[in-house]
Amino acid sequence: MTIKLYGVAMSTCTAKVLACLHEYGAEFELVPVNLQNGEHKQPAFLAKNPFGQIPALEDGDLTLFESRAISTYVAEKFKGSSCDLLRSQNPKEAAVVKTWMEVESQQFSPAISPIFYQSIIVPILYGGSPNQAIIDESAAKLGKVLDVYDKKLSSSKYLAGDFYSLADLHHLTYIYYLMKTPYGKLINERPRVKAWWEDISSRPAFKKVAPGLTLGDKN
Amino acid sequence: MAAIKVHGSPLSTATRRVLACLYEKEIDFQFVPINMATGEHKSDNFLALNPFGQVPAFEDGDLTLFESRASANYVAHEFADKGTQLLISGSNKEVAVLELWKEVEAHQFNTPSSKVVWELFFKPFLGMATDAAVVEENETQLGKVLDVYETRLTQSKYLASDNFTLADLYHLPNIQYLLATPAKKLFESRPHVDAWVKEITARPAWSKVLAMMNQ
Repeated sequence: MTIKLYGVAMSTCTAKVLACLHEYGAEFELVPVNLQNGEHKQPAFLAKNPFGQIPALEDGDLTLFESRAISTYVAEKFKGSSCDLLRSQNPKEAAVVKTWMEVESQQFSPAISPIFYQSIIVPILYGGSPNQAIIDESAAKLGKVLDVYDKKLSSSKYLAGDFYSLADLHHLTYIYYLMKTPYGKLINERPRVKAWWEDISSRPAFKKVAPGLTLGDKN
Repeated sequence: MAAIKVHGSPLSTATRRVLACLYEKEIDFQFVPINMATGEHKSDNFLALNPFGQVPAFEDGDLTLFESRASANYVAHEFADKGTQLLISGSNKEVAVLELWKEVEAHQFNTPSSKVVWELFFKPFLGMATDAAVVEENETQLGKVLDVYETRLTQSKYLASDNFTLADLYHLPNIQYLLATPAKKLFESRPHVDAWVKEITARPAWSKVLAMMNQ
């Protein structure tokens, strides 16, 4: 029985999981959810994710939601292959990976998400105008977070150490979209962050995911 | 001297999250108070522990961590055989359910509950004016989250399983502050949530966290 991932390729959270699945070479089926028709708020989908958000995952009798819980499950399930994104065999390394996964959740994501929402979602999905005040406030916060990253990346190649981990992977999809906006400069003007971004976005697993991140592209 | 040190503030929700875990696991630790009023959390010494300048920071010998959920998770794993069992053991599928409800706390519960706590508890405490619009918006959002919890808690005694786990523990600090505000009505109107709130806030380990205010 194959893993089913319910979501859409252009969604940051769905694509985060896709990147993880590709890193592990896992077999899966991407089952589209029709967001325009509100499928994610209908009872059939709410039975999978009561919060009515994509993605959701089914693996036999297991149903999961929350993209970071899903990616963690994938990493644990396929542990023992050459891919090791959680460093589970080394408790101290694993704790540092978890720390930087929390940083992405609690520091990075809340700062970047309003920039993404205002710059890309509001004009494209709602035909509205971006709220520049929100963008500016978030850009300032994101800059401070990235200053910490820039310093950290002077002492290690990746966020949790000299190894690529889920802590790095979880940043891929938001940064990819950020680079389509003028606020990509926040990445580019910090040399070590820029080098880290160029490294992690050139990974083969992410190259399979990036073409699906089409929001904001001119047709 | 205990190998484990927590640098933080007894009022801080994030500090309390880590302390709750240490008390549940019955682990000796040294509490190092950080004086937020004087900006000690932005001092070079503290930034060396947590470059984001937030309490708590956590040390276990030569390991330094920050982010309360990562620190508590480390304690729960490293000392799995001590005190309360805060994890789910078993298949990857069973463990995944714990990860899921920890993520729900972080990404669904934490933001609206923190905003209500700030407006209704801390702002009056600091002599600042509450923003009623922010309260209303976030109480509404929190109510929707708690509706999901209400359904979940009819299927399971605690959030992730029939036992108390980290997923429940992570909620304690914000719940405790909400109980001291009118927002407690959000719990009282949902019977399974109300029972769960009463149960988890009555745990002896949590009482020890609250007693630290008296030190």
